[in-house]
Amino acid sequence: MLCDVCNENDVVITLTEIDGDGVRQVRLCERCAAERGVQAAVVAPKPDLGTFVHSVHQQVNPLQGDAVRCTFCDATLRDFRQTGRLGCAHCYDAFENGLRDLLRRVHGNSKHMGRLYDPPLDDQTLATSSADQLRDRMQRAIAMEQFELAATLRDQLKAIES
Amino acid sequence: MMFDLGRLPEGGVGWMDASGEHSDIVLSTRVRLARNVDGYAFATRARDGERLRMLSQLREAIVISPTVRDGVTVRVDELDHDDRQLLHERHVVSKELTSLEGEVRSGAAVHVGTGYAIMVNEEDHLRIQSISAGLNLEHSFETAAKIDEELGQKVPFSYHREFGFLTACPTNVGTGLRASVLIHLPALVATKEIGRVLAGLQQVGLTYRGLYGEGSEVIGNFFQISNQTTLGRSEKELLEYLDGVVRHVIDKEIEARRVLLRDAGYIIEDKLWRAYGTLRYARSLTFDEAMNFLSGVRLAVGLKLIDNLRVYTLNKLLIFSQSAHLSHSVGRMLAESEANVVRAAFVRETLDGTGQ
Repeated sequence: MLCDVCNENDVVITLTEIDGDGVRQVRLCERCAAERGVQAAVVAPKPDLGTFVHSVHQQVNPLQGDAVRCTFCDATLRDFRQTGRLGCAHCYDAFENGLRDLLRRVHGNSKHMGRLYDPPLDDQTLATSSADQLRDRMQRAIAMEQFELAATLRDQLKAIES
Repeated sequence: MMFDLGRLPEGGVGWMDASGEHSDIVLSTRVRLARNVDGYAFATRARDGERLRMLSQLREAIVISPTVRDGVTVRVDELDHDDRQLLHERHVVSKELTSLEGEVRSGAAVHVGTGYAIMVNEEDHLRIQSISAGLNLEHSFETAAKIDEELGQKVPFSYHREFGFLTACPTNVGTGLRASVLIHLPALVATKEIGRVLAGLQQVGLTYRGLYGEGSEVIGNFFQISNQTTLGRSEKELLEYLDGVVRHVIDKEIEARRVLLRDAGYIIEDKLWRAYGTLRYARSLTFDEAMNFLSGVRLAVGLKLIDNLRVYTLNKLLIFSQSAHLSHSVGRMLAESEANVVRAAFVRETLDGTGQ
């Protein structure tokens, strides 16, 4: 079937458009779809979580699954692959490049277009103390048998508490 | 069975009153915003102490936030299994938060007020949900956004300059917004058009689930239609898009109802009155049976075949004929066969005097 717009290339996307008069379907080739700002990834049904995690699997070399570690929560890409969940906000920085590709595939885009947000300034925040944070990170490092990291965190903790 | 549902504002089910637009077809509209608090690992990776400290930090913020100050915080991790199920049946907490099949997560809680429920330490630290009767995406979103704004001024949310609000699952990142419309589509199911409609939803980037949300089956011809994408579009765009498609699905359902009546009028009428008759006189009803017959009766009310039965009554039956609610009403845990008898009695009593 040929594209409704250029009548040259094969149809890759059926676009359902909603306007005042109701709904109509437009069949588009990849180029005409792109010209209308439609990316194939947005229109195609999103893979379920299984497929999604599998795609992470394919992107991560099994030997390197543990190579990159989040410095805050100690999670690795292997953990993400197994659970489909990231460990903490810092994982987004730790695994930024791989994640950006994934987000594009899942959402068709990696740039947030919604509400902008500035976190409250420190003195207005009901923040947890940084000693508590360090203690959590140290305990987690011990549980993950990351003893070198645990020792560093212990030293930092001593420094603020003294 | 110690939990007093009277503690929850409007019992947590204010949407049941069927006051909203298209409320004979659309039960409720739910908008949720997923947020995480900076400084803690996400709830599934956090240590027990971290989740509890996050909860207490949040509670300090709640008491000074005007929109949510009047709500009630329920520590889900301190409830027994049956009480957790009761809250789940009310659609106040998700299956994940109730951990009905496993051990409940420490720090799991829900803060419930008029028209909203904030789940704490679910997959994300906060799941701010607002629920309205009928089709009302704008109102649901406004409530959730207001809560989001107030709390976000007091606790720092995890936010990334490029990816937006950060969530445990990358499928929620960006706006963190999931809007769901719980819709009853019996005529599309009866005319077998539903397959095409559902496939169409996926094609336009939306998704559907069953009555109880993620991973749940379709019961009683109820579908939850929601957005899949959360990143790369504004909240307004996501909501308007969903609203447009849902209205189109409603039109399709209305059209299918017309076709059913036109082409098979007396057969349909007979089927629906039989469903009503069974509910009026049965002595034992399983939950699935009750849901299916109630679906028929809801359609009959929509078609104005039964005229002195309110949609509110049907919504009430939907919630209160679930197992944990029946057990709660008699004050003890009921075995399945007993629950079926109690359910039938409750349905008979509620429908008494209708359909004359």
